[in-house]
Amino acid sequence: MAGYTENELAKDLENQEYKFGFVTDIEIETVPKGLNEDIIRLISAKKNEPQWLLDFRLKAFALWKEMTEPDWAHVNYSKPDFQDITYYAAPKQTKKYESWDDVDPELKATMAKLGISMEEQQRLTGVAVDFVMDSVSVATSFKDKLKELGIIFCSFSDAVQEYPELVQKYMGTVVPVTDNFYAALNSAVFTDGSFCYIPKGVRCPMELSTYFRINAGGTGQFERTLVVADEGAYVSYLEGCTAPQRDENQLHAAVVELIALNDAEIKYSTVQNWYPGDKEGKGGVFNFVTKRGLCETNAKISWTQVETGSAVTWKYPSCILKGDHSVGEFYSVAVTNNYQQADTGTKMIHLGKHTKSTIISKGISAGHSQNSYRGLVQIHKGADQARNFSQCDSLLMTNRCGAHTFPYIECKNPTAKIEHEATTSKIGEDQLFYCMQRGISEEKAISLIVNGYCKEVLNQLPMEFAVEAQKLLAISLEGSVG
Amino acid sequence: MIKITNLHASINGKEILKGLNLEVNAGEVHAIMGPNGAGKSTLASVLAGREDYEITAGSVDFDGKDLLELSTEDRAREGLFLAFQYPVEIPGVSNVNFLRTALNEKREYLGEEPISAKDFMAMVREKSAIVELDAKLASRAVNEGFSGGEKKRNEIFQMAMLEPKLAVLDETDSGLDIDALRIVANGVNTLKTPNNASIVITHYQRLLDYIVPDFVHVLYDGKIVMTGTKELALELEEKGYDWIKERMEA
Repeated sequence: MAGYTENELAKDLENQEYKFGFVTDIEIETVPKGLNEDIIRLISAKKNEPQWLLDFRLKAFALWKEMTEPDWAHVNYSKPDFQDITYYAAPKQTKKYESWDDVDPELKATMAKLGISMEEQQRLTGVAVDFVMDSVSVATSFKDKLKELGIIFCSFSDAVQEYPELVQKYMGTVVPVTDNFYAALNSAVFTDGSFCYIPKGVRCPMELSTYFRINAGGTGQFERTLVVADEGAYVSYLEGCTAPQRDENQLHAAVVELIALNDAEIKYSTVQNWYPGDKEGKGGVFNFVTKRGLCETNAKISWTQVETGSAVTWKYPSCILKGDHSVGEFYSVAVTNNYQQADTGTKMIHLGKHTKSTIISKGISAGHSQNSYRGLVQIHKGADQARNFSQCDSLLMTNRCGAHTFPYIECKNPTAKIEHEATTSKIGEDQLFYCMQRGISEEKAISLIVNGYCKEVLNQLPMEFAVEAQKLLAISLEGSVG
Repeated sequence: MIKITNLHASINGKEILKGLNLEVNAGEVHAIMGPNGAGKSTLASVLAGREDYEITAGSVDFDGKDLLELSTEDRAREGLFLAFQYPVEIPGVSNVNFLRTALNEKREYLGEEPISAKDFMAMVREKSAIVELDAKLASRAVNEGFSGGEKKRNEIFQMAMLEPKLAVLDETDSGLDIDALRIVANGVNTLKTPNNASIVITHYQRLLDYIVPDFVHVLYDGKIVMTGTKELALELEEKGYDWIKERMEA
């Protein structure tokens, strides 16, 4: 084509950096665009849901209509038109997969491209995977093996059908429908997600993993994850996300609820790599997510997140430290490049005595991006001897990007001990030169320095995830020093 | 090995090197001495390829290649090593990981296979012994929390690992006590072969008691103004840099 200029070629090459930008050609079943009670009833009916769940949805929808989008975050974007979104899209194939062999080859190819060949995963790493494309969970591996231990790990829809009492008991207890605009929206229209229950005293022998993928155009993804660790149980849970490159902004509004009963421990790791938009800031996913965990006595919840994707991120994985001696941790690396915006952090709510929380946040800003840490440490009256340590570091790669820190501390108990440390630094020319003088290329040098900077967080990730995260950091920051 | 001809370099419009000539052959050790501000560290930076400097004239031939045309990392891969006056800290990056990356980048450039973990660790043990560097330091983050002496020893350790053709030591003696000085010098002497060479930049004669140079050059106002043998260094020590100044301005 004569019109294809060098600039366009350069642009095409630039966009190659996001390697998950492909679209799977697969038949999808959707509902009409827009949001009203009928759509909600339709989604609920399609999923053959019990009445209580439909009521839950309708109640949420009624509340949502009265709410307004929050605008306190340090981000700028044009608000999505909620009537222009398709709220349900599912790979068309209604029958249940009896085994891995039944899975659509096209879908298998998608998973392979994403690096999650299930056969291999099952054989090599012993990670149980749940794969959620668009709105529907399409494959869960290792189900039987987990069942022997009494562990339930399945799609949210299956859980609603098979374990309704568990779902009803815990759903909405940590993130109530009224919590915020996006949580209410999610509660009204969520279509699937993952459910996990670890029975009393059981230590889950493998990493449980959910892979989220937005595929269809014009759709939003609204999944719900509910993880319950019964008394003395332990589970490590991983979550990965990607989406195709599209010029439009796609909405992702998820809700994740974790419940750690007495003496239980949940480790929740996320590598978020939704499509971030192109170099000019066009397209990309709006990632508006509510994640929260509840700790009973002596329980522990640890959030680890590596956030490299999305055009706009609004996300605060939090811990309610209700039980005495409970522990909350938040380890985060948030990278923004080009025109990405991230407003992320955590809330640590100390209610119980001798509760402890740790916050380590590493922000990396490049290009014209804006990266904010927003955190709240709240010590309630009864939280005697509560302890918090926060460290928020920002690394700037250019002179055009921004790093912001909004740490809020509310303390109502004089016996509490709270520490906050923060640093902002620019990637050192001296460090780069030192590396390059040893024969290390600039790209590799940046990757080394940045990985070193994030080490405390990356160390929290399970091994195979950590390797993936390191690669992702390198890709996200390619050519970003200036 | 290296031939520097009529080298002019400036920073922020200010000329620092004003027609410097120097030739170093394989197997030789050259010392460059001079008062503060003469351009000693500028020479080291320009050879290593620091971007802040502008080369306005001259040429540098490095083992048959036009050094000034090469990128910083390619100069290093071709075998140019700079021992920094102020080694840089890289938090969170272990020395071992750093060196392995550097070594493999060089090997890739030379068309060689990456070094195996086993061979690499054997090499670390062997080379760290040369500068009496505690094996624990090898696994700590690059220069982070190192004492001044440890940093300089770490520079020589890196030099031993990367086996350069030409090493430029930029005031490696500064801030060293006498024991550390002996260890560093001993390291440099041990690494000397008929096939490599070094340029030792120093302000004081002291280092040259331990690293015996084949030639001593005096750098003054951006040019080499005097060349001699070890005795020249002693004479400088005795008479001070004012002696040079007076001679030059006479």
